[in-house]
Amino acid sequence: MRCDIVSAEKDIFSGEAEMVAATGELGELGIFPGHAPLISALVPGTVTIKIDDNEEKVFYISGGYIEVQPSWVTILADVVMRAEDIDEKLATQTRRKAEKSLAEQQSKLDYTLAASRLAESAAQLRTLRRLRKRLP
Amino acid sequence: MAASKEIRTQITSVQNTHKITCAMQMVAASKMRQAHKRMECGKSYSQRIRTVIGHIASSHSEYHHRYMVDRPVKRLGCVIVSSDRGLCGGLNINLFKAALAYCQGEKLPSTEIDFCLLGAKAIDFFRSVGGKVVATHRDMGDNPSVSDLIGAINIMLTAFNDDTIDRLVIASNEFVSTMRQLPRIEQLLPLPKLPEDEADNYWDYIYEPDDARTLLGGLLTRYIESQVYQYVVENIACEQAARMIAMKNASDNALELIDQLKLVYNKERQALITQELSEIAAGTAAV
Repeated sequence: MRCDIVSAEKDIFSGEAEMVAATGELGELGIFPGHAPLISALVPGTVTIKIDDNEEKVFYISGGYIEVQPSWVTILADVVMRAEDIDEKLATQTRRKAEKSLAEQQSKLDYTLAASRLAESAAQLRTLRRLRKRLP
Repeated sequence: MAASKEIRTQITSVQNTHKITCAMQMVAASKMRQAHKRMECGKSYSQRIRTVIGHIASSHSEYHHRYMVDRPVKRLGCVIVSSDRGLCGGLNINLFKAALAYCQGEKLPSTEIDFCLLGAKAIDFFRSVGGKVVATHRDMGDNPSVSDLIGAINIMLTAFNDDTIDRLVIASNEFVSTMRQLPRIEQLLPLPKLPEDEADNYWDYIYEPDDARTLLGGLLTRYIESQVYQYVVENIACEQAARMIAMKNASDNALELIDQLKLVYNKERQALITQELSEIAAGTAAV
């Protein structure tokens, strides 16, 4: 099954894959070859691409869309980061800040902004944790 | 003697200018290559998103998103993409002229056109021309990101959603080749008709969340954003190419000027020597 991850600024990944896992708006998606055509919005989260039994690639995306066809998967992402490139310190900091401003709840605009920041940084940290678990 | 000294200073100053234009030419050449690469990179995203939109639109032919429906144009939105800096030949001014000509061709009074200006040159130019400017963005640098542009694009999209504008066009330069950049004006909204797919449109997607409309709306917004980003990146490649050519011409002209000045200088010098010699000869004859 062919898998492509593209963002508006560059092509991130393109190649054969055995399985693709992503976080859709309605829950986790695991896609194997021969899946029915599907289109779904993605929320901030991890995208895992299993290339073969020994190799997996992990990406963080901040949202976007996934298009599934029986023989290929395309992920149209907003911002993509390779899991290795995530800055853990920054992500933790952003999360703490977002949690704080959520607790204070000043205005509605601040609230939505903080909520989306929180979701993003939490997803980044989750991605990192996943990557760690795998590494020996 | 005084005249020859003046010419000498002039030659040095032209030589210095030549050094600068030469350096700018080389910088522009390398920046152009990078910009061109970026331009190629983003293409697949907009192509793919376009195919997906085409699929959804053809399997839901009964439902038309408002971005796809033509309506009578009472008010026009115009996005103008220009460079932030000058010294790139007639690139910007040609584009502005083409844009103004297009606006006149639409036979709308200039008060009925909303401008969204990207780049410092466009902001300066349209301030003097008049017309309602609703959004601007400057200092994009050589490597803009989509998130920099989203604010300005959103203003135009909201205006389209609110029926404030009925059509959105974008004016930017097209990168034909290094030597050739052409102003180009294209319609962004409503979407120009997508080419029809193969006839077998019997399949449909499973939608998550289960509503094709919201999904299509999100996809369309992203598509427009990526299109504008593409045009901006292409315009940067054009800017660098145009600057490279302009600086090459300037360097050539400087060299020519130096040659001419040297000729004048040498003539002056020779005349001086001849004069001195004849004075010495006259002096000896007198003795």
